[in-house]
Amino acid sequence: MTGRLAGTVIFAAVLSFAFGLPLISGADPVSQSLMKSLQPPSADGWLGYDHLGRSMSARMAAALRLSLSIALVTLVTTALIGVALGALASWRGGWIDRALVLFADSVVALPALLIVLIAGLILPNQPLAFWAGLSATLWVEIFRLTRATIRSQIASPAVEAAQLLGFGPLYIFRTHLWPELAPVLRATLALTFAAVVMGIAALGFVSVGVRAPTPELGLMMVELLPYWREAPWALLQPVIATLATLLALTLIAGGAKA
Amino acid sequence: MIATLARPLGWRLAQAWMVAILVGVLSFLMMSALPGDMIFRIAAARFGYDNVTAENAELVRAQIGDPSDLSAFFDWIAGLFRGDLGRSLVTGEAVSAEIAHQLGATAQLAGIAIVLSLVIGPPLGLLAGLRPGSVLDRATVLMASVFKATPQFLLGLVLIVAVSIGMGLLPAAGHGELRHMILPGLTLALGLAANTTRITREAVVQARGSDWWRFARWKGMTEPQVVRRHGLRHVAVPVLTLIAAQFVALMEGVVVVETIFGWPGIGHALVHAVFHRDVPMVQGTALVMGLAFVLVNALADVAARLLDPREATR
Repeated sequence: MTGRLAGTVIFAAVLSFAFGLPLISGADPVSQSLMKSLQPPSADGWLGYDHLGRSMSARMAAALRLSLSIALVTLVTTALIGVALGALASWRGGWIDRALVLFADSVVALPALLIVLIAGLILPNQPLAFWAGLSATLWVEIFRLTRATIRSQIASPAVEAAQLLGFGPLYIFRTHLWPELAPVLRATLALTFAAVVMGIAALGFVSVGVRAPTPELGLMMVELLPYWREAPWALLQPVIATLATLLALTLIAGGAKA
Repeated sequence: MIATLARPLGWRLAQAWMVAILVGVLSFLMMSALPGDMIFRIAAARFGYDNVTAENAELVRAQIGDPSDLSAFFDWIAGLFRGDLGRSLVTGEAVSAEIAHQLGATAQLAGIAIVLSLVIGPPLGLLAGLRPGSVLDRATVLMASVFKATPQFLLGLVLIVAVSIGMGLLPAAGHGELRHMILPGLTLALGLAANTTRITREAVVQARGSDWWRFARWKGMTEPQVVRRHGLRHVAVPVLTLIAAQFVALMEGVVVVETIFGWPGIGHALVHAVFHRDVPMVQGTALVMGLAFVLVNALADVAARLLDPREATR
């Protein structure tokens, strides 16, 4: 329980930094000023300036906004697909169920980063590719969980009685199935969110993700790596932000299970 | 024994087919969605960006045909039956030959990662699970969740900065010698070990609470004896299944880790193929990774049945 609370607090802090900073500071994340190159944190630039003299605080907030927004949209998409297909599979059973499980099992065989790379070739812009590629792979875990949970519930006397009373599938899902499903899903949703943040950063780090000069956590790490001796504080910022976000989400997920 | 294996193996076969079809469809989408004239891109990759002329492009077109055609998709599927994955658009070599070459380097890396993760994970999990609540147990669980939350590229970065730049002990990049393998192998292994530790610990804790464990203790066996004669086999089944399921995470890690450490394997090749829009290479790599996952899981199915024959009667 304390773990989940700590996770929520860290996550809220990351969120309020990412979305709150533009409200109080007008710094542009891509405007350069070589005079300020690698200037350490000071009163007018709280997090200092990077090698091209861009405001680190503005870049960090923009990078986090990008990752968190893509993660949120992806989370909603995967949850919708996963729950809908999971409910369909367990409800209808038979060959629909088997076909969906086979499809899910096959999607899982392909690494998610690979799908994102392929999506990056198919779709015109990078955030869209992250959304499509990660949604296309991450729904599977939610689908499996939904299917397993609903399967056991559908045979329960409560659902049977509701069906006999003539209630429609939507009503039954809302009143009987969803309350059982929601707590089970929370851990998986937190981990899915973490997987998106991690995936975006990983691809940025190997230079096949978001393109410069767009601020992105993984890309910033690569950009700042050559300056690790002169400005370790700059390199540490994206590293700490990524770790804090992922740790917070893991804590939220872990707290739900224990 | 054979009959009980038929069902899961049949499922794996269906899965393998589905993977091939998925890769085929994705590759076709890739082909048709690529912006600009494919032929000019390939010409650029072959002759260099300064030498792209209409004559060079026509030369390429005459050699490989138009790759964004629907027939390319069916040709690829038909080629699968002959074990032919097509030719790389950039080097002109057969994709299967290129992949076979790179697969060796990747298998080396993946093998080292799995061995290292097995040396670290299960023993720690076993020790922690035998003394739940102890300092060692709590430290192990904490470390496992920290490493689970750490992305592999970050772990690689920390290892490079700390071990090769900071201490100057091991090289950050290179291939061929044992000292080149340690850092990338360890990067992959620590992530994997975080999961195997946790699963082993849970399995041991669960086993210690079971009737058969208490009975074995009651009839006079010491704890190490129970672990050796009953515990290990019991724990091996979930750990084995987990390792097989983690194979896809391993492949994903390979893509990242090979790029960071400059390891000439399949993940490195994939990133390059994506850069050069070399679709046959991308689809070949994707297919090999997907099918390897199916194969590893099929083997794990068989091994799990051998370790725990009770499954067959359920």
